[in-house]
Amino acid sequence: MNRVIEVDVEARVAWVEPGVLNLDLSRMVTHLGLHYAPDPSSQQACTIGGNVATNAGGPHCLAAGVTSSHILALDIVLADGSVARLGGLEPDVPGLDLRGCFVGSEGTMGIATRIAVRLQPNPPCVRTLLLDFMSIDAAAATVSAIIAAGIVPSALEMMDARITRAVEDYVRAGYPRDAEAVLLAELDGLPAGVEAAVAVVDRVGREHGARTVRVAADAAERALLWKGRKSAFGAIARIAPDYYLHDAVVPRTRLVEVLHQVYEIAAAHELIVVNVFHAGDGNLHPILVFDARDPGIWDRVHAAGDAIVRACVAAGGVLSGEHGIGLEKRDLMPLVFNVDDLDAQARLRDAFDPDGRANPQKVLPRGSRCGETMRVPEGAWV
Amino acid sequence: MIELDALARTIAAANAVVVVGAGTKRDVGGAVPSGATEVRVPAGMVSYEPADMTVSVLGGTPVALLDGALAEHGQECPLDPRDSAATVGGVLAGGLSGHRRLRLGPARDRLLEVRFLTGDGRVVRGGGPTVKNVTGYDLPRLLVGSLGTLGVITQVTLRTQPRPQHSSWAVSDAPPDDVRDRLFRPTCLAWDGRATHVLLEGHPEDIASEQARAGLRRVDGPPTWPEHAHRGRASVRPGALGALAARLEEVACSWIAEGGVGTVHIGTDTEIALADARAAVEAESGWLLRETGAPNLDPFGIALPNFELMSRIKDAFDPSGKLNPGRLPYTRVAA
Ligand SMILES: Cc1cc2nc3c(=O)[nH]c(=O)nc-3n(C[C@H](O)[C@H](O)[C@H](O)COP(=O)(O)OP(=O)(O)OC[C@H]3O[C@@H](n4cnc5c(N)ncnc54)[C@H](O)[C@@H]3O)c2cc1C
Repeated sequence: MNRVIEVDVEARVAWVEPGVLNLDLSRMVTHLGLHYAPDPSSQQACTIGGNVATNAGGPHCLAAGVTSSHILALDIVLADGSVARLGGLEPDVPGLDLRGCFVGSEGTMGIATRIAVRLQPNPPCVRTLLLDFMSIDAAAATVSAIIAAGIVPSALEMMDARITRAVEDYVRAGYPRDAEAVLLAELDGLPAGVEAAVAVVDRVGREHGARTVRVAADAAERALLWKGRKSAFGAIARIAPDYYLHDAVVPRTRLVEVLHQVYEIAAAHELIVVNVFHAGDGNLHPILVFDARDPGIWDRVHAAGDAIVRACVAAGGVLSGEHGIGLEKRDLMPLVFNVDDLDAQARLRDAFDPDGRANPQKVLPRGSRCGETMRVPEGAWV
Repeated sequence: MIELDALARTIAAANAVVVVGAGTKRDVGGAVPSGATEVRVPAGMVSYEPADMTVSVLGGTPVALLDGALAEHGQECPLDPRDSAATVGGVLAGGLSGHRRLRLGPARDRLLEVRFLTGDGRVVRGGGPTVKNVTGYDLPRLLVGSLGTLGVITQVTLRTQPRPQHSSWAVSDAPPDDVRDRLFRPTCLAWDGRATHVLLEGHPEDIASEQARAGLRRVDGPPTWPEHAHRGRASVRPGALGALAARLEEVACSWIAEGGVGTVHIGTDTEIALADARAAVEAESGWLLRETGAPNLDPFGIALPNFELMSRIKDAFDPSGKLNPGRLPYTRVAA
């Protein structure tokens, strides 16, 4: 199921099958002056179906909103084999927002077979800025200061020193190799508004210690700056052979202190951590890098990861911003939800899939329902 | 909070409850049987962190009060109810979006975290306070538009945004699709069949040049939204607006359509005329929600799509069926 079924240019809607790759969709409609806004860093490899299931985000979701805001309708197969259309192309559908429930449900409410996505017009003016800093604190403080100044960039991404150097060595994106942190900010829209916002970002950045603020001169330079950001995961192999990527969100005003804790936790477990993340949303992606051949390494990786997630929650954050809960974070759910909260979630899931056959045992920890026992039912899908 | 504890006890003890916000949308959805205990949710700001662009308020907070607090920091949360006495909880439970939806998205996209009371008086929290979150199932989306039938919304955290630097209404004789094609993401295209009122927000120079380029004439303000004894809100595919306009020519009504969105605000002086308008909307494969008046008109006119699934959710969240009974038709509508 990897076809784009229909593109309605006038309505700015595309019907796609779930196996369509995210980047392919945007490439396919760009000559129409349109794009699909959610752009996960994995967009060359991930599918619209997977994006729906995880309610994926991406650098440009800061202003445009995450996947849920871009899905109009879904055809799904429920666990009992029945089919349903959720949502619709009309602005409102009577009754409950089942479309909204399904997006982000990680395949536990059924399988999406056809998806109607909203396409956005390409902005007439785009400016991409690279700000570099001599301390990670200054970069993080700049992020909240930009937002506090009333600017919501279309994207605001941060990379720390180690990953900036690794990326630079890997793809030569033109990042300063000696910076302690860089911010990649993008502003788009109509020209006067964009230029005014660029001026604010420039001023706020310098006030917070930006060493240089570079505005990409043309589309080629802009593409190169983004290539650096989007190649970060590939560049990690230059630091160590293996990595474990975390995903958590904190209020953006807590970024400075939480980043400190992340580095301290990694150091305490004798691990290297690099940070490359959707800073504007407060969406951290601490990446623990290591060599899996080191004896006992996985215990340290898991312990550090657990401590990082707990630090984020303690700062008023949540367990995941865009990757979801799955099995990995399932047993951490009680950190953020009490028994009544989990019970309500279990009720919702069970209404879609009473026998728990779709992606069994994911998302909700054991004990979310009263008197439950853990079992994988007959005919379960994974 | 003492008031919330009392509210929880009242709900737990009642056989049926009807949740009342400011009462501005009392006619939306089916009538709740008389004798149900009326409950109101307290009002008030809980917390506001401008630099996070998030705000938490109690469900009974009037939208006007929230807007005033945000304005002090140059921010807004565009729920945009027609009547700003409407409460935040009521607007979200009703699930109706404001006139800036074309650019700013529907009301549901604003909700980050929700707390609600269940029929047995427990508080449930869903979502989270951060601007991005996929921790567990999306209860906030479920509660928006549930018309108080799944839980009583007591507290919400909303995503705010900077107030636009400048906003300006202008008018064009062209239909909304033509106007939209000449503009970059207008905020509202309000069309009455003769003219399109265009709201642009942003930098004043951009607004001026967009208006000039699209041949728009500046006007003082928005069009007059239909104010009649009987009112409905139609939902059609945006592409069907032209055909619907032709059908509405035959109906004694006034209407304004949101171009690019597909919402049509329709007002009539008689109940029959609103029924005729509904027939026109249904002929274009849409549906019409009764918003005000027309007591004999079915609230929705169509069965809930996927009503079996919706009914299972209703039973799971409100097993005793005491919350706003009758508001949403969770059973098959008799033909
Ligand atoms: C290097 C890297 C960078 C990343 N960057 C981002 C980022 O910026 N933003 C972001 O959000 N994520 C990111 N991710 C995570 C991941 O790419 C996203 O979660 C993506 O949405 C998953 O899509 P997929 O097609 O790979 O789905 P899969 O991983 O195959 O599946 C994900 C889940 O969806 C379910 N599923 C798949 N298809 C369907 C369907 N048709 N119906 C119902 N359920 C279905 C699966 O069962 C599974 O539970 C990144 C991952 C990597 C490795």
